[in-house]
Amino acid sequence: MLQEHAKIVQFITLAGEVAGRKKLQKMVYIAKKMNFPFQEKYQFHIYGPYSEELTLRVEELCNMAFLSEKMEDKGSYVQYTYACTEEGRQFLSTMTSHHKNLDHCIERLNIKSSRFLEMVSTLLYFDHLPRDEQIEKLHVVKGKLNFSEKEIEEAFSFIEELQTVITC
Amino acid sequence: MKWGVHVNYATQKLAEEKVFKDPVHRYIHVRDQVIWDLIGAREFQRLRRIKQLGTTYLVFHGAEHSRFNHSLGVYEVVRRIIDDIFKGRPEWDESERLVVLCAALLHDLGHGPFSHAFEHVFDLDHEKFTQAILLGDTEVNEILKRVSPEFPQHVSDVIAKTYTNKLAVSLISSQIDADRMDYLQRDAYYTGVSYGHFDMERILRVMRPREDQVVIKQSGMHAVEDYIMSRYQMYWQVYFHPVSRSAEVVLTKALHRAKELSLSGYKFSYEPRHFKTFFNQTFSLADYIALDEGIVMTYFQEWVHEEDEILSDLCDRFINRRLFQYIEFDPAKDYRKLAELEQLFKKAGINPAYYLVFDSSSDLPYDFYRPGEEGERVPIHLLMPNNELSELSRSSDIVEAISGKRRTDHKLYFPEDLLTQDTKKKAVKKQILQLLLGEA
Repeated sequence: MLQEHAKIVQFITLAGEVAGRKKLQKMVYIAKKMNFPFQEKYQFHIYGPYSEELTLRVEELCNMAFLSEKMEDKGSYVQYTYACTEEGRQFLSTMTSHHKNLDHCIERLNIKSSRFLEMVSTLLYFDHLPRDEQIEKLHVVKGKLNFSEKEIEEAFSFIEELQTVITC
Repeated sequence: MKWGVHVNYATQKLAEEKVFKDPVHRYIHVRDQVIWDLIGAREFQRLRRIKQLGTTYLVFHGAEHSRFNHSLGVYEVVRRIIDDIFKGRPEWDESERLVVLCAALLHDLGHGPFSHAFEHVFDLDHEKFTQAILLGDTEVNEILKRVSPEFPQHVSDVIAKTYTNKLAVSLISSQIDADRMDYLQRDAYYTGVSYGHFDMERILRVMRPREDQVVIKQSGMHAVEDYIMSRYQMYWQVYFHPVSRSAEVVLTKALHRAKELSLSGYKFSYEPRHFKTFFNQTFSLADYIALDEGIVMTYFQEWVHEEDEILSDLCDRFINRRLFQYIEFDPAKDYRKLAELEQLFKKAGINPAYYLVFDSSSDLPYDFYRPGEEGERVPIHLLMPNNELSELSRSSDIVEAISGKRRTDHKLYFPEDLLTQDTKKKAVKKQILQLLLGEA
């Protein structure tokens, strides 16, 4: 009954820790696009795919003390880092939730920057469009981030790499 | 002119203005031929058969209004903003008028019957269906294409919030948009509650266009405070009402049961012809458009007589409003209790997958950016006398008090009557009641 909660605890356990709310949002979105069964609904908010349900789930899990949220003052901004707690591990042990290759997917996502994942998730949001239109959309909705051609190329290669990893 | 060679249709006016009588805005005014044609399209007329508030009518009996009413209302609010307030202002691009009006009218086009429950069971997304109806082989698409070949995509982009003109998007999707302004007043009117009312006339008068969003003149701050508080109260008094959530739980579980039975090869005495392609995920856009709440209710009426006891019981509960009871439930403290309850339900011969349901509601009344966070909600900005912008909660103590504060409510739903009235397995049921209600 709390399976969806368990999936997020497992996700963060596999990641070790995730630094940044935006990064977590994009990681789960990309994993979902790779067909891992996360139920959180995403919508395109003004600046990219975002799930209010995921925000809520993470807040709940912090309130339940299954996840810890560490706030770090980085000078010009504040960063929230998430990790699984001992209570979270106990909770997870009462649930069954295993998905083949999710660990490999998370590992690859977690070493990338939040900016890069923002670009990848936005390209994936428009993956029903031809590549040139995907790129055009990226520039429309993320104009202020000025992604270079090289970065966009890297993003497409990364998506292909992920797709290969999950089918291994 | 932006819409190219089909300029005549884009600017064509009706010989006489048409009006729809409306209890919230008094009249909905239509002058554009395109808007009139869209209202007549079969996909838009379908919205008459989908209630705006889903199962809420089982609590507030007046809440029988449809998504058709609301869609016309959002259109009217946007029309008034752009024709009466924005017109002639340099920040407003008049060539965006038609695309925004169409987006306002069509923004809910993809909602299905009992939207939330249906989407949950069949893993659907009404926003994707809105896009599909706008861009697919439909009467709505046919009408939009007559404006220009790209026009359906532009309308779709405004609704999907991926349109180039963010001001246009913010009229329909922001923390103070035409969608919310209509549904709060409309839902308050039809439910009969006294919350949800605010001075929309005043808000419209103090709205000003800016490059990326609508802003509010500082003098209108108190009207906006009232709007935010109205929204807060409507969420907790109407939208998250625990009994209406119970009805939604029963509805969702009935659909789940029908799906499971169908996938396991169960022979229905009343074949779920309209749902078959949803059960096996092979549905087409036409299948989706063919559905409405009348069809769902017809199946439920018929399924009351099914041999499968769970489906029959759940449908009967929904039709005859024999809903589940609920208790407050703290998942952090009680998740082990939940596992115990699941086991006891099984022992008592009651399937916990259908009869023991954890449900949460949550709302964030207003939010602003914090440094380092992704700005998912564009804050409401006040236009100060010196022409600078100031985020609302900096000026308003009331808004500051609720900014960024999420309120969440967890409940556990169960059929109390099955535990108290049915005399089989009495001892286990007593144990369950003790755990749920603390009854000896």
